[in-house]
Amino acid sequence: MTQSVETDVVIIGAGPVGLFAVFELGLLDLECHLIDILDRPGGQCAELYPEKPIYDIPAWPVISGQDLTDRLMEQIKPFNPQFHFNRMVTALRKLDDGRFEVETDEDEVLRAKVVVVAAGGGSFQPKRPPIPGIEAFEGHSVFYAVRRMEEFRDHDLLIVGGGDSALDWTLNLHPIANSVTLVHRRPQFRAADDSVNKMFALRDEGALRFEVGQVSALSGEDGQLRSATLKGPESEFEVECTRLLPFFGLTMKLGPIADWGLNLHENLITVDTEKFETSEAGIFAIGDINWYPGKLKLILSGFHEAALMAQAARRIVRPDERVVFQYTTSSTSLQKKLGVK
Amino acid sequence: MTKLTIVANDGTNFEVDAEDGSTVMENAIRNAVPGIEAECGGACACATCHVYVDDDWSEVVGSPDVMEEDMLDFAYDVRPTSRLSCQIKVKPELDGLVVHVPERQA
Repeated sequence: MTQSVETDVVIIGAGPVGLFAVFELGLLDLECHLIDILDRPGGQCAELYPEKPIYDIPAWPVISGQDLTDRLMEQIKPFNPQFHFNRMVTALRKLDDGRFEVETDEDEVLRAKVVVVAAGGGSFQPKRPPIPGIEAFEGHSVFYAVRRMEEFRDHDLLIVGGGDSALDWTLNLHPIANSVTLVHRRPQFRAADDSVNKMFALRDEGALRFEVGQVSALSGEDGQLRSATLKGPESEFEVECTRLLPFFGLTMKLGPIADWGLNLHENLITVDTEKFETSEAGIFAIGDINWYPGKLKLILSGFHEAALMAQAARRIVRPDERVVFQYTTSSTSLQKKLGVK
Repeated sequence: MTKLTIVANDGTNFEVDAEDGSTVMENAIRNAVPGIEAECGGACACATCHVYVDDDWSEVVGSPDVMEEDMLDFAYDVRPTSRLSCQIKVKPELDGLVVHVPERQA
């Protein structure tokens, strides 16, 4: 059954800017739901560079992507934001009553007067390895994730990659598969040592194969994979396989955002610089996903955009109430909201 | 200033006067060399500024460190001379360096 949610603001994207938007909207008494394709908050900060230092967050001479995310989560806690992780927004439409309806791929509908697109570089999606003709096998014999292990039972699996996903699925699927071959371009892995040791132990027992190389070609008919060509350090050779699982990390794609009828400028959403509103009143875009003259893709610019957006969002959600501008340092009412008074 | 030649995949040579201390990626982006995407902006967090160092230069440029080697797992058609251009710092010893842009980034 379709789940339905009514709220003040739906934020698409739970990266640093989407998270800080919760804070600015929360100070103005607006309740938020956030949707993200990843399984945790932080967006690029959490997915691309959790441990890498950021040097241009005001008052933080240096902070890691993960620490910044953790601190934003702490900062917005008083506003009790509701997160919908592991979901992609598939549709966004306007209702007759002026509100918006946001639909996700998890059979869920959220309705709100304001939608904030804080989607950064778009949604993270599995990287397709550049193997000629791979598209024809996708969904039939090539999968970028394991949703049900049973689908791989009794198959000859070729798993490609050197991170935790590749190693974990090699270990988890080998008991039920007919055969498993793991391919990685080098004998060193980015995965947990324990998984790597287990994999090598299983290979030594003859329970699975490990090959150093890169997949260069696939063969089969009608989407059914028969074998793959591996380019090893010395030679090319064939490996029989009926399922291929490539784990090459994630890349960012604009995805369905392009179909929402918003004005775009080179795949970015055009906004004004007063409210950061898009060509559709009530839909805002903040952070790396937007464009305006002079735009800089900086986290701090996104924070500023969130603050201005929130003022405009409040006027849409509560048109009859006057907004009094207040400082968190001195306003007792803001301090109450933050739970410090 | 150090001279670099970045060879695009279609064979076009981009000859660049690079500032010492800058990265090869930054120079490629500044000069709009096609095929260098640098999605993450130089944080060694993607693999979209992949280049092949010319064979004559690979020893001088050196090999990738552990973090870069890990990132190269995500690049397309990795070869022994593969590097991420955001991790190659320009210095006087590299005067005349030649790097080649691969057919595609991952």
